Amino acid sequence: MTAHVHNTLRRITPQLIILAAVLMLNFMVFPDFFRIEFQNGRLFGNLIDVLNRGAPTALLCIGMTLVIATRGIDLSVGAVMAIAGAVAASLAVDGHGWHVALTGALAVGAICGLWNGVLVAVLRIQPIVATLVLMVAGRGIAQLVTEGTILTFLDPGLIHLGAGTILGIPTPILIWIGLGLAVAAVVRKTALGMLIEAIGINESSSRLAGINSRVLIISVYLISGVCAALAGVIVAADIKGADANNAGLWLELDAILAVVIGGNSLLGGRFSIMASLLGALIIQSVNSVILLSGMPPEFNLVIKALIIIAILVIQSPTVKHALYILRASAEPQPSDPIKEAKESPQ
Amino acid sequence: MASVTDPVLECRGISKFFPGAIALDAVDLTLYPGEVHALLGENGAGKSTLIKCLTGAYRRDAGTILLNSQEISPNSTQDSQKLGIGTVYQEVNLLPNLTVAENLFLGRQPMWHGFISQRKMMKMARDLLAEFGLSVNPAEPLSAYSVAVQQVVAIARAVELSGKVLILDEPTASLDRDEVDLVFSVIEKLKARGLAIVFITHFLDQVFEISDRATVLRNGRVVGTRQLADATQTEIVTLMLGRQLEDRIHDRAPSATGDTLIELTNFGKRGMITPFDLTVRKGEVVGLAGLLGSGRTETAEIIFGAVQADQGEALLEGKKVTIKNPREAVAHRFALCPEDRKSDGIVGDLSVRENIILALQARQGWFRPLPKAKVNELAEAYVKALDIRLASLDMPIRLLSGGNQQKALLARWLATNPAFLILDEPTRGIDVGAHAEIIALIEKLREDGMALLVASSELEELVAYSTRVIVLRDRRQVCELAGDDITTSNIVAAIADEPMAEAV
Repeated sequence: MTAHVHNTLRRITPQLIILAAVLMLNFMVFPDFFRIEFQNGRLFGNLIDVLNRGAPTALLCIGMTLVIATRGIDLSVGAVMAIAGAVAASLAVDGHGWHVALTGALAVGAICGLWNGVLVAVLRIQPIVATLVLMVAGRGIAQLVTEGTILTFLDPGLIHLGAGTILGIPTPILIWIGLGLAVAAVVRKTALGMLIEAIGINESSSRLAGINSRVLIISVYLISGVCAALAGVIVAADIKGADANNAGLWLELDAILAVVIGGNSLLGGRFSIMASLLGALIIQSVNSVILLSGMPPEFNLVIKALIIIAILVIQSPTVKHALYILRASAEPQPSDPIKEAKESPQ
Repeated sequence: MASVTDPVLECRGISKFFPGAIALDAVDLTLYPGEVHALLGENGAGKSTLIKCLTGAYRRDAGTILLNSQEISPNSTQDSQKLGIGTVYQEVNLLPNLTVAENLFLGRQPMWHGFISQRKMMKMARDLLAEFGLSVNPAEPLSAYSVAVQQVVAIARAVELSGKVLILDEPTASLDRDEVDLVFSVIEKLKARGLAIVFITHFLDQVFEISDRATVLRNGRVVGTRQLADATQTEIVTLMLGRQLEDRIHDRAPSATGDTLIELTNFGKRGMITPFDLTVRKGEVVGLAGLLGSGRTETAEIIFGAVQADQGEALLEGKKVTIKNPREAVAHRFALCPEDRKSDGIVGDLSVRENIILALQARQGWFRPLPKAKVNELAEAYVKALDIRLASLDMPIRLLSGGNQQKALLARWLATNPAFLILDEPTRGIDVGAHAEIIALIEKLREDGMALLVASSELEELVAYSTRVIVLRDRRQVCELAGDDITTSNIVAAIADEPMAEAV
């Protein structure tokens, strides 16, 4: 058990270090960054904002991590967010309760994921192309649902999902942390995680070992669709309306980036949902630095790109190797490898 | 001869350490001009590591290399090439889309006023290849020629660039007999020119055919160097394995075979394999013999459901079953070790432990994970039973040697307690030691009452363990041999037989 915890910690150490560094940057440009206050029954503070605003990306990257682990990718999540938001809004406008609206949205997200999964696993279309279909078509579908307008709603239950609090903590934070921990626990406590990794590493071997790769691949796209739908509902609830054009726009790229910053290979295989979630937090903290620094908004994207390039360079195999060499050579009195190897039991 | 001339290349006390392992421990190797020196050893004995240290692909951790009595320290393969050490690998690493001449002179083409002089290059190429007894058109793309010719071109290029020592790393692994002769004739010519040649191969017959001396490595140490003229194959094999190989020939226990396990009738798939009937009983090993492409692998795949049959029916212990995919086959307690271990067998980045339990876990289902204690118990038991050599169960399986990977795959299937085990080329590309162990394992499983179907291109091997042999030709079963009829010569006769001779 302790060994397991130790391994997990070692896996997410780089992400923790990067997150700490970016948070320090926040602190440098805005000394009050870490201050958290409790007012009107709700926690306030920049740190809370990072956690709250990071919710959509964090939710997306839960599903995205699993999809990428199977050597796939899901470009449609941003569009699925828009569809789900539109469905939830239109159900709320029609007078249904928030749970009907939420269930409807999640069901639509599941259908979207199923569609992607069937294209990839049954028809064997390359994931990037298969999910591109829904990425392009999805916003059109969302517009059909909202009939071209920004569909606003007033259902307090639905709004609570995006803007409410439970015990003073904003609901979106609880949703993404809860779902993230739950999915991470399920894939590691069952055999799902290992089987997903096996498919991502070598699908042919996995199939011959008797793994039902087709169903498993469809499942991960389905999970991704549901996660995207949940993110879409939160975004819509936050602004009390569904914006088919802008909800979740380009967020699929943030989600993929979060997974990559989380140290997961786009070539599939070994994955860590925890690390991806930290990746999502890193991205949101970068956004926060830019906002807090008071830079003119036109710099935002450029600065974000620079910070992200820096993160990726630090994580690149070449630099990692160089750091490893540096650390190894800096060690005082490197022991004699010849003697050591000879003395070790054979 | 060897004692009079000075050595071209002398390695003294070469050592190489990897984290947690000694790959080479004070290895000495001496090469004289005009000799073919075989470098032998099981997989993982340190042959490739030694070569990589010699050619500068690895930095050695200790030892000296003397080339013509000068100490050298190559930093890269280009470096060693300039010094005079050329290497040719099993997979020809030339550019198949370029012409033969371009491949020979890439990077040092004859120039004429700043342009490549094609005419001169063609002439030089033709002259060069003629020296090697090869008359091919140097203007043709390299891919137009057989692997053997490509191999010779690679040798020619290496010799042109270096010219003192030539290292051949399994040059004949993918060649047929005539092609081997071609490569050997080239080696003889180079030998006459006074090159020192290092020859690495798994084929002992070829070692005795072409080599003068042999150095045998085991576990990173030199265990002996022999003049091959005074050595026997048994002596060399014993050196390689460190123990006397048990005599393989055994009296085939009278097939005390049990009940029929599986009965296939008219089983086949259009365009893949002609419908066939096959019955396998418990406690019997059915061998599948035939040339490459005769339908051995196809037979194995179709029975396991890796490819779905489009006709025929299967009876398992008298009950009709369908085998639409490997998952269903595994549910019926079938198991298949595929021919291509790397792409269809192992899951490279997963640990050895996870690879061993993969099939069992897949059969158990996603939501019933095997308890950790059970996983460790299973993995450790099989590592011990099959003598899988590894540093840790947590290491990725791709880091194991071929033989150990194969044993881990066998462990994966044995863990599912199969009733019917299909092995496709179980001993391909693995070292002699693992080879013998796998054959012994097949014997043992048969005695325990398992039904086995083994496809192999090694006829001696098939003869050794099969209770029946089915010979395939042109994707069709042509003959079945049983009992004392199972001999290599009978199998060869059946493979070679004209279709006319077969009573239809």
